[in-house]
Amino acid sequence: MSNCFRWACVALALRAAPAIAAEHGGQPIVLVVDSRNLSGWMAWWANVYNESHWYFTLLTIITIPVLGLLMGKLTGFVLARMGVNVKSRVLAEH
Amino acid sequence: MDWFYLLMPIAGTYIFWPGLVVLGLGVGMISGFFGMGGGWMVTPGLNILGFPMAFSIGTGVTQMAGPSLVSSLRHAKFGNVDYRLGLIMVAGTVAGFEPGARLVMWLERHGRVDAYVQYGYLVLLSLIAWLVFTDISRKNSKDREARALGKPVEASSGIEWHKALQKIKIPPIVHFQKAGVRCSVWLPVSVSFVTGLLAGVFGIGGGLIRMPALIYLVGCPTHVAVGTDLFEVTISGLYGAASYSYKGRTELLAAVIMLLGACIGAQIGAVATKYVKGYGIRLFFGIAVIGCAVSIVMKLIASAYAPAAAFLNAAATTLILGLVGALSLYIFVRFLRGVREELALQKQMLQTTP
Repeated sequence: MSNCFRWACVALALRAAPAIAAEHGGQPIVLVVDSRNLSGWMAWWANVYNESHWYFTLLTIITIPVLGLLMGKLTGFVLARMGVNVKSRVLAEH
Repeated sequence: MDWFYLLMPIAGTYIFWPGLVVLGLGVGMISGFFGMGGGWMVTPGLNILGFPMAFSIGTGVTQMAGPSLVSSLRHAKFGNVDYRLGLIMVAGTVAGFEPGARLVMWLERHGRVDAYVQYGYLVLLSLIAWLVFTDISRKNSKDREARALGKPVEASSGIEWHKALQKIKIPPIVHFQKAGVRCSVWLPVSVSFVTGLLAGVFGIGGGLIRMPALIYLVGCPTHVAVGTDLFEVTISGLYGAASYSYKGRTELLAAVIMLLGACIGAQIGAVATKYVKGYGIRLFFGIAVIGCAVSIVMKLIASAYAPAAAFLNAAATTLILGLVGALSLYIFVRFLRGVREELALQKQMLQTTP
């Protein structure tokens, strides 16, 4: 098993070598969203992205945990209503 | 059928949105069960659905903070989270994540990000699969020997690298109560730095690497490794979301659509760990890793051999979605069976209580 793994790693390194050797320089890629064909909140969101990545980041990292927490609470409530013990573990085997 | 396709305003591509919900639900279950954010499945999954690689990584990292938060709160209720260990590891992960994310941006500028990430993934997945199955194989042979000698088999474990690492007593020495581990603080810090660096490169919360690292290098029991890792994935996932959003490679709309399924799946996955033994979790974790690696091999062959590209890409898509589907189904069945038994037990106890 470990010999197979070693040979697989060597094969992968050989396969990747030309790609690494072919590498060349480049400039940072700056993306701009084309908001001309968008409307409503999509246009607003695209403009937020274009105008301030800082504000875009702030809204993203607030939205995700808040939505996650709300959805999680709702699912937990439904499971508890079904009679599932969602507060303690029965099986303690490691 | 046009309404099945939704325009992603930032990435500028039309995406099959039911695919996002199904991917979210499946990955949520798998992450809650195995203690990972699930980015290792989300990133190739999003790439397959049509996102460019840098956006797949950024969006995958962003969405994982939600279900990880849900799962870690549930695991905390079960006593599976060692907060002290988790917080120490957060420091190492964050320190390692940023150089990793910068490396991806550098690779993107050089036009090689897709190839490097795929090759890197493959090496990493192969290593983890080898580790998990070697562990299971060693445990099985130890169990057989123990049975032959008439000794109890419960206490045996396969790979025990953590025992050697815990003997390195560089001060300060800390005791992690929930994990039952006493070691140098530098052990979890260094393990998390390396896993954080790899997480930054591959666009994953690091759980794929950290969960086995917590078991094999730090010495955590499986359930505590799952819970503690999810706690850390929540924090590192948020940091990763901020990092990739600031670099402009996040599609929030896709992340929110996935979140709807992922949060439900995360609860089911976390509750399912109540009913499955530690080595059972490790075995299915290994199977998932192998399936993911095979799908990446298919993609790599497809990019190198054009005549078979269409077939291999379709096969890789089928495999990854099939894998998410099969594992989710397994977790869901174990969840339903466990719940049914638990409810029957509760009913029995009520009847016997005077």
